[in-house]
Amino acid sequence: MTRIAGLLLSFLFLLVAGPAEADIEIHRFDDPQQEATYKQLIYELRCLVCQNQNLADSHADLAKDLREEIYEMVRAGKSRQEIIEFMVQRYGDFVLYRPPVKTETLPLWAGPFVLLLIALVVFVIIVRRRSGRGEATRVIDAAAREKARRLLGESDRETS
Amino acid sequence: MRRFLLFSIPLLFFGLLVLLFLRGLELDPRKVPSPLIDKPAPGFTLPRLLAEGEQFSTEDMKGRVWLLNVWASWCVACREEHPLLVAFSREKQVPIVGLDYKDEPEDARRWLEMLGNPYDIVVVDRDGRVGIDWGVYGVPETFVIDKRGVIRHKVIGPIRPELLEQRLRPLIRRLQEEPSP
Repeated sequence: MTRIAGLLLSFLFLLVAGPAEADIEIHRFDDPQQEATYKQLIYELRCLVCQNQNLADSHADLAKDLREEIYEMVRAGKSRQEIIEFMVQRYGDFVLYRPPVKTETLPLWAGPFVLLLIALVVFVIIVRRRSGRGEATRVIDAAAREKARRLLGESDRETS
Repeated sequence: MRRFLLFSIPLLFFGLLVLLFLRGLELDPRKVPSPLIDKPAPGFTLPRLLAEGEQFSTEDMKGRVWLLNVWASWCVACREEHPLLVAFSREKQVPIVGLDYKDEPEDARRWLEMLGNPYDIVVVDRDGRVGIDWGVYGVPETFVIDKRGVIRHKVIGPIRPELLEQRLRPLIRRLQEEPSP
């Protein structure tokens, strides 16, 4: 009984805890276009402190400062590209969840396709070899056929 | 022979993965290479912590090799680094500027009184704006700036004794021998 009560209680807590994570500060924009740019940027830029979170999700102090910085730049009419450059100049390509195509990032971009190609090649080789083996068993030369017929004929006679 | 080949392919793959992971063990994902290396140090003018009303500007250091150490009284790793910094500063090899990052000046002053002051100059970056310009994301961080005002090296996290001896000292000596611009 107490176990069920405890379960219910913890479920209740979960319901209450949901909205608590959305404590990101509110920024007001006069221009909906600017608001969209800001939102897109904070979802695309990585927080340096937590590393696996973007600026929008991170609670780190630095993430808050950077959101503020980006907010002010957007308000000042800076373009998306200019703000991204501002961040990359200071923190490197690491801040981008969408890394640019460069020689250093080429394995990152091309890697999955190269692996897919290898898999396809292996797949084709295996399929070919299998079907090839099947044909080899079907082709019987004349001598073997004669021998088989004779054997079958003999057994027919024996059973009859 | 076929059987051997069949076994050796997964084995080869396994070996390659092991090599990859071994390399990964040595890398520290927390240490993000700074794009500011070999770039001009971002300039700033900030109030000084211990000299009321006075300012410090990066321009003041032109023509000298210097260190910028980013720290804060709330930073635990800074405490760990501190004794080494104090000992090194006593040698007077190189001027060390402390950037008190997002800190209460009162706390910072008390911290230096208690643990000793390794800095020739301490400046206050209350809102962390200068920190952002320098790409600071984890205190302590230490930058080595050359005579032309170019950042030549960055240490993320506390300076370890081996690092000081093997990297920083030789680098500082080499930079000091470079001609002034």
